[in-house]
Amino acid sequence: MAPSKVVLRFPAAIADKPIIFHLVKDYDLMINILKANINPHKEGTMVLDVVGEKTEAGLEFLRRQGVGVQPLTEDIVRNEERCTHCGACTAICPTGALYLDRPAMFVRFDSEACVVCQLCVRACPMQAMEVRF
Amino acid sequence: MAEKTFAEINAKIRAGKAVVVTAEELVQMVAEKGVNQAAKEVDVVTTGTFAPMCSSGAYFNFGHSVPRIKFCRVWLNNVPAYAGLAAVDAFLGATALPEEDPLNKNHPGEFRYGGGHVIEDFVARKPISLKALGYGTDCYPRREIETVVTLDEVNEAVLFNPRNAYQNYNCAVNTGARTLYTYMGVLKAHLGNAHYSTSGQLSPLLKDPYFRTIGVGTRIFLGGGTGYVVWNGTQHFPSIPALPEGAPPVPAGGTLAVLGDLKQMSPHWLRGTSMLGYGATLSVGIGIPIPVLNEEVCYWASRPDSELYAPVVDYAEAYPNRRPGNLGFVSYAELKSGRILIQGKEVPTAPLSSYVKAREISNILKQWILEGKFLLGEPVQLLPGPDAGITPKTLEIRDSGRRNR
Repeated sequence: MAPSKVVLRFPAAIADKPIIFHLVKDYDLMINILKANINPHKEGTMVLDVVGEKTEAGLEFLRRQGVGVQPLTEDIVRNEERCTHCGACTAICPTGALYLDRPAMFVRFDSEACVVCQLCVRACPMQAMEVRF
Repeated sequence: MAEKTFAEINAKIRAGKAVVVTAEELVQMVAEKGVNQAAKEVDVVTTGTFAPMCSSGAYFNFGHSVPRIKFCRVWLNNVPAYAGLAAVDAFLGATALPEEDPLNKNHPGEFRYGGGHVIEDFVARKPISLKALGYGTDCYPRREIETVVTLDEVNEAVLFNPRNAYQNYNCAVNTGARTLYTYMGVLKAHLGNAHYSTSGQLSPLLKDPYFRTIGVGTRIFLGGGTGYVVWNGTQHFPSIPALPEGAPPVPAGGTLAVLGDLKQMSPHWLRGTSMLGYGATLSVGIGIPIPVLNEEVCYWASRPDSELYAPVVDYAEAYPNRRPGNLGFVSYAELKSGRILIQGKEVPTAPLSSYVKAREISNILKQWILEGKFLLGEPVQLLPGPDAGITPKTLEIRDSGRRNR
């Protein structure tokens, strides 16, 4: 069975195209956008709750459009002991969940804004960002 | 004003009368009172930096086993160290990787554990596995050894970093079409982000840019303990680059070789670091005290972020192919604002160097000096500055002629 909550990643080239609309129109899915960060010409992210018989076909349609699809079953946590507040994650995080608190330059993590794309997990030089299942 | 000497300032430190400020505080002070007044009042300015510094490592003497072995090859927690020294001496480099590491075979590789991580585990007082092979001699008959060592049980453990504390560094960007995985972090395509890596107005060598006070024998904060500047670092190119109009002429490419007793250091200030798609390294905390010998020293130590510039370098084409030129300069004030303008495009910035930790180091060093437990080391020889005329040499591809022998 397809997961009901998914994380979508939109490459910059297709961020301004009407895509989610097709899930409703062509696949008869009921969708609930839980989080979205989409801007023209920028990589975008979205957390979507999807219900309907054709969920898997709808997600396959998204993949064909170049949208990254992964199930949302995880949480990201920061290991405070390992974080050195260097800031290397802050321009990588697509939603601004990891950001520098200026001018003091502490790295803050707003887990509410996190879409669990996991880019920070591999980009963090200190291995301070962890996936919690 | 009259010149101060190292001896006079040390006498004040011993008497608990020295005036010590961090470089951040000096910037503020000079903006309020002027250089002349600040130079009269302040005796020592403390600086700090905490960032990945690949040319780092440590050497050890492990003591002798029964029977004795002369290391021919040696591994610490499976990370190979250099054994081309005396019997039980070895040098572990920060970027060394286990032979079984997949490296970049599945690009980008993660490089989760390397020499830098072993050094962190040593100072965290964790037991470290030691494996070594010997070839057996009459005086060193043992051919292999497998045991566990800890920092406190080895004879010597010395952090010895051939190149640290870069005076200034590139602001790295990527004008290409694919994501780059570099020692400057993950650089997104089409100028998606810009990474920089110095602490700007707190950065040690940007605060004594002409090497008026720093030299062989300068006592420093190193990895949480006391260390020393022992030489210039490798790739020490302290010439003055072409800077934007109005910028103070600050040299950019000076570096330091530093050394200190690893047993004094802590994992808080020596941290194993993994750069995605690039490799493993060590983040090192360094703080250098600058004695305010005269007004000129004070002037340079008080330059703010807005007057210190980093060159913007493209890591898609220019850097890997050693092409000269850059995409202009940006000030550390602009870099710290979070956005810079490159080729008309607004680009988000991020540091790889922890300003939080740099500030903490400058404050710890200030405290050590105020408490009288850290005296200034007067250099026995200053390091070459811009006047030395040092220019980079390059590695040219030549036929070795070996084939014909």
